[in-house]
Amino acid sequence: MTPTNRRNLMFRAMALGAVTTLPACKMTEADNSSLTDQFKHAMLAWDDKVQEALFDPHTLAPTFRPDQITNPPRFNAFYDISQAPVVDPATYTLALGGQIQNKTPWSVSALNALPQHSQITRLICVEGWRVIGQWSGVRLSDFLRHVGADLTCKYVSFKCADGYYSSIDMPSALHPQTILALNFLNAPLTPPFGAPVRLRIPVKLGFKNPKSLVHLAVTNVYPGGYWEDQGYDWYSGS
Amino acid sequence: MLAKTEKPRVIHPWPVRLTHWLNAVAIIMMIGSGWQIYDASPLFGFTFPGLITIGGWLGGAIAWHLAFMWLLVINGLLYFGYSGISGHFAKFFPLSPASVWADLRAAFRMDLKHETGVYNAVQKLLYLGVMFAGVVIVISGLGIWKPVQLWFFTDLCGGYFIARYVHFFAMAAIAIFVAIHLALVLLVPKVLPPMITGGRISS
Repeated sequence: MTPTNRRNLMFRAMALGAVTTLPACKMTEADNSSLTDQFKHAMLAWDDKVQEALFDPHTLAPTFRPDQITNPPRFNAFYDISQAPVVDPATYTLALGGQIQNKTPWSVSALNALPQHSQITRLICVEGWRVIGQWSGVRLSDFLRHVGADLTCKYVSFKCADGYYSSIDMPSALHPQTILALNFLNAPLTPPFGAPVRLRIPVKLGFKNPKSLVHLAVTNVYPGGYWEDQGYDWYSGS
Repeated sequence: MLAKTEKPRVIHPWPVRLTHWLNAVAIIMMIGSGWQIYDASPLFGFTFPGLITIGGWLGGAIAWHLAFMWLLVINGLLYFGYSGISGHFAKFFPLSPASVWADLRAAFRMDLKHETGVYNAVQKLLYLGVMFAGVVIVISGLGIWKPVQLWFFTDLCGGYFIARYVHFFAMAAIAIFVAIHLALVLLVPKVLPPMITGGRISS
């Protein structure tokens, strides 16, 4: 994808995002920008502390049988499936930033050369529905150690080819079931479902599983997220 | 006529009144925001109209839901703690199917005497029933919120998928209770002031 193409796509995505979320933004800003908004923010911050305390790095998300897999998978994004970004896996690179020693960008084949892990897990959407899928790829903990990331940092942040972005806490990033997924059902990811690389993190809600990653950073500066900045609970752990 | 020299007893002690009204606020906020959350991915072929939901959109509704769940749970624990220690729970017993049937029939004949400070068998059943629904809604809610870390609550409800239905039906039970409860207060309005002031048993 040429830079202009990507920028077009990002603007289109951002415009779409702005249009679809405008009523919500207007409502929160116009009606409850004062006390109720502050109250909700304070309570969500408290909920996030509780969720951090509840998080046990040794508790695994449930796994399922192959016959329980939802196929075809369910598409979900802040835009229609026809608008999903198409990234050329041959020229694709995952850029690295923040507190990482070796920031050399990663190609799909380089990621494929790292130890692979497969999981049949459940993805729960913040809306309530759930799907079961088989993803495989590189453990994020392996990857972060491999590139010399500062594991004492608080956050791992992600940027996507469609302008989407999100971030997770370091303990959840190091969970053994948190992977940089390359395959679904043992075949490379397809464009609407996060090709060529997506985050698959069963200890978080679906919107914390960003697709078509183009940038990964480790940081102590709160990175927020596309939905998180609009009022979704940041931690959103399962 | 007061029995001997006893001081007049309050109908509703202040902890019951306080937890009752806090619970009313919690239930309104939880059900209103819960309906908005339901609308994002309906379990059945209907959605709740925006006019009667709270939060404006899914993110706002979740924020309210995750805020007022603390009021619901802490207030509920205070009520159960108080009721257990003070003996308030004894007012819901004894309870038998025969007494419920008798009082239900009397109620439909408009022949059920309202005894101040005493629950009839139908009231006992309804109050115990809504308390049970309250326990179920908290367990299923925790199971939906944290199906990985609090997996035992999810499993108790038959898994994440079924837990959403359990949560919905517990909500429906509480909503039906609230409707009956309010209808009865409208029918016998003199029961409302004592729930605010405490009232006195004087006869």
